[in-house]
Amino acid sequence: MKVLAWLRCVVAKLFHQSQIVDDTDEELRSHIQLRADDLERSGLTRSEAERRARIEFGGQVKYKEECHEALGGHFIETVLQDVRFSVRMLRKSPGFTLVAVFTLALAIGANAVVFSIMNALILRPLQVSHAESLYAVERGSNQAINHSFPDYVDLRDRNRSFEDLVAYNVTGAALDTGNNPSSVWLLETTGNYFDALGVRPYLGRFFHRSDEHGPNSAPYIVLTYWYWHSQFQDDRGVVGRVVQLNKHPFTVLGVAPPDFKGTLLFLAPDFWVPIVNQEQVEGLNVLNDRGSRGILMVMGHLKPGVTQAQAVADLNSIGSYLEKTYPKDDSHMTFSLTTPGLAGDWLGGPMREFLTGLMLLAGLILLAACANLGSLFAARAADRSREIALRLALGSSRRRILRQVFTEAVLISLVGGVVGLAGSIVLLRGLSAWRPLSTAAPNMTVPVNPDAKVYLVALLLAVVSGFLFGAVPVRQILRTNPYEVVKLGLSRRVGRRITVRDLLLVTQIAICAVLVTSSMVAVRGLIRSLHSNFGFEPRNAMLVGASLSTAGYSADRLSVMQKRLIDTLQTIPGVKAVGSIDRPPLYFGANSAIVFTDKTADLRPSNAAAEAVLYNVSPGYFDAARTTLLAGREFTWHDDESAPRVAVVNREFASRIFGSRTNAVGGYYKDGDGTRIRVVGVVEDGKYASITEEAQSAIFLAALQSPYVRGTHMTESTLVVRWTRDPQQLATVIKSRLRDIDAGMPVTIEMWDKQLNDSALFASRMATLALGVLGLMGAVLSITGIFGMAAYSVSKRLRELGIRVALGAQRWEVLRAALGRAFRLLAFGSAAGLILGLLATRVLAYIVYGATPRDPLVLAGVVLAMALLGLVATWIPAQRALSVDPLILLREE
Amino acid sequence: MAEQAQLLPGTLDLLILKAVSLGPLHGYGVLLRIGQISDSALLIEQGALYPALFRLVRQGLLKASWGTSENNRRAKFYELTTAGRKRLRDETEGWNRLATAIASALAAQPEEI
Repeated sequence: MKVLAWLRCVVAKLFHQSQIVDDTDEELRSHIQLRADDLERSGLTRSEAERRARIEFGGQVKYKEECHEALGGHFIETVLQDVRFSVRMLRKSPGFTLVAVFTLALAIGANAVVFSIMNALILRPLQVSHAESLYAVERGSNQAINHSFPDYVDLRDRNRSFEDLVAYNVTGAALDTGNNPSSVWLLETTGNYFDALGVRPYLGRFFHRSDEHGPNSAPYIVLTYWYWHSQFQDDRGVVGRVVQLNKHPFTVLGVAPPDFKGTLLFLAPDFWVPIVNQEQVEGLNVLNDRGSRGILMVMGHLKPGVTQAQAVADLNSIGSYLEKTYPKDDSHMTFSLTTPGLAGDWLGGPMREFLTGLMLLAGLILLAACANLGSLFAARAADRSREIALRLALGSSRRRILRQVFTEAVLISLVGGVVGLAGSIVLLRGLSAWRPLSTAAPNMTVPVNPDAKVYLVALLLAVVSGFLFGAVPVRQILRTNPYEVVKLGLSRRVGRRITVRDLLLVTQIAICAVLVTSSMVAVRGLIRSLHSNFGFEPRNAMLVGASLSTAGYSADRLSVMQKRLIDTLQTIPGVKAVGSIDRPPLYFGANSAIVFTDKTADLRPSNAAAEAVLYNVSPGYFDAARTTLLAGREFTWHDDESAPRVAVVNREFASRIFGSRTNAVGGYYKDGDGTRIRVVGVVEDGKYASITEEAQSAIFLAALQSPYVRGTHMTESTLVVRWTRDPQQLATVIKSRLRDIDAGMPVTIEMWDKQLNDSALFASRMATLALGVLGLMGAVLSITGIFGMAAYSVSKRLRELGIRVALGAQRWEVLRAALGRAFRLLAFGSAAGLILGLLATRVLAYIVYGATPRDPLVLAGVVLAMALLGLVATWIPAQRALSVDPLILLREE
Repeated sequence: MAEQAQLLPGTLDLLILKAVSLGPLHGYGVLLRIGQISDSALLIEQGALYPALFRLVRQGLLKASWGTSENNRRAKFYELTTAGRKRLRDETEGWNRLATAIASALAAQPEEI
């Protein structure tokens, strides 16, 4: 109602206002008539009297406007007037308007995209009630997000700070609803998960803490709305239906509401199951194993009035109790809190840093665009100085003219902002629908749909940038002397060596050069990391995922099956070597464990000799993966349960524990349990958890012995197949052979290099893509900037150029006169940008492996790119300068 | 014409109120009246009168209505409102106080101190 009343008031005022304008006109006219009457009476002719009366009165337009202002409340009307005038002015120069709108659309669009990604992943909380008091619990100084289940139970039951604590775990499984087993992603959660988060069922019911009665006691499934929608076609009769999960019967309890997509932002699960059924889902139950830390994540709502610091102190006191009570399993039990959703700081930390960096670069783009538009506006104001002088002479106030200039600027920026936002919405829609890792993790999402906050920020940026570049010609307008301009015509600026426009152009080119430099560094880094040595050869190899545990094989039959699979694959023609590994290196992190030297008797975690990455591999793995054996031997099928425990270690491990690789072979170390393990071979170092890591110790254990190693288990394994024939054909053969062995076993086949692109190189690929796009934008902006400047200076100097040509100047000399300045500015800006860019790319090295600014190729590339950009941008102005016909020009002026 | 003095800022409003208080006037009439009552000693730009008139109308001190001038031209006539009359009284008192104070200050002789 209030809004309506306000609108009515404004409308009334507007109509009323036009009445008043006529009124004022009439009144002033009547004044002049009355004065003229008096003058006529004193003996002047009527026309002379009227002329005198008008002169005596002074600037009619000016006083009329002052009258308006005296009436007050005409703000909206003036704005509308300015807007109308601006639209007319802009329509008169469509080229300028188009370039300006396009530039801004680009810059504001880029900012909107980056901001909405940041908004979606960092600023926006999870879709649960009271998300502001929901925290995830991290452990130790390296902020690990994984906890063991017994530790979680202690934390949950002993703390006094949280309403409740829930734990959950992500895992893959096979679901059979009656036709075909399909691969699914699910969250295993504690029974209190939905109750603690305050989520209400959309359909049916959820499971509760009261449903948990020990291992495998709660075979229930709660579907996400989207999985129910796509796989069960919104069938409301699904509640109560029994489905096969890894060949175990599970009952569908209900469906979650559409906006609740689990508690991980980047992975939308298909459904939830109670974690007490872990053995059925994962093939192994580690819920009673205090030393086993999978990916169990813990979070909960703080009680009202409890601060973060109090909660941390509370958790830490439980931590020190756990350290004392379970010295063998629990060490470094200090805790911290973080926002949930991004797997804690493991993913959230680098993501936050990268997005902040990206936001900064996007801000730079906007700044460059503003500099670009600022110089365009300054040039425009210079061209319009005659018009401005005329308006000043006719009594318009400078304030009014400035207001009009700002209206024009803000109008352009708003249109640009709207266009940019529209473009970014299209892009973000695409991004949200995109499944970056379609084969490895089809549920991986980038949920970045823009919301009101994004629109508001875009609008704000548009207005601010409008004022920013609108402010550039202010000084110029304030200094305009109408008298001089009208008398002399356009003044040619003489003697000033550096103008504001030049500075703006240099700034803009420098910013663009920074963007071009950083994108080139990123691209080079990516190329280099694709060709670096990972300690295995991903090309010409495929990964065959034969999910034994989801096919219902229990732990004791796994190793037998493994051997059968490897033997089968080895007989296929075109297969050069086959070996299995529990989890391929560089595939979303790695398992690790602490080890002790053989002489250590007191096996406290603090006495550990090293923390080593742990793999369980079958005989033949090193051959299939092309990991070079440096000393000793690799595993054989005789290294089984009955044989003494053996391991192959990498060079880093050998030199750290044994001093050298020759000492290592035949030496012993102890694992966390104190079991003595003999080292039989040493292999080359590699990359295990991430491609940017430092050299890490790694241990390869014999798969046939490892099911009995505590804390590491062979529930998953991947077969590495090195091939020598057409891989597509081979894949079909492999699939059919495996189906012969067990038709109910889900099989996935992937090229190793492609899988690596999707996992370990994913981040640097995305970073490179983002930086590449920003670099491209920078390049486009510098082209428009240089083009604008060059075209303007050529058009201003056409006459001079004509005279030069008439006096016999060579083409080269004409070009130098016309564009020399543009090129000098370009060179200067590029050099500044290059230096800044190289300084900035030190930061890049954290994300993109091998990104080093000291790279002659990058340097040469940037110089070449900027020179090319300059050439492209000045091409048209140069043509125009060269085609100058002195005769026509001189005749025209 | 006698030597003319520039108006002090803020005094134009007071002069207009005074002029109108002697009877309804149109804009040009206000100008003539001020000239008449001040012996043409004050210089007022003709156009500058109108923004001041509009301001006084907006403040509710004057009210305006269209009418016909003595030589049969349409003109807008201004007259004082009650608020305008009160304002004129207050401002006149204020002005007199100020003028007396300034005059006596300027008249001060060395022996009086």
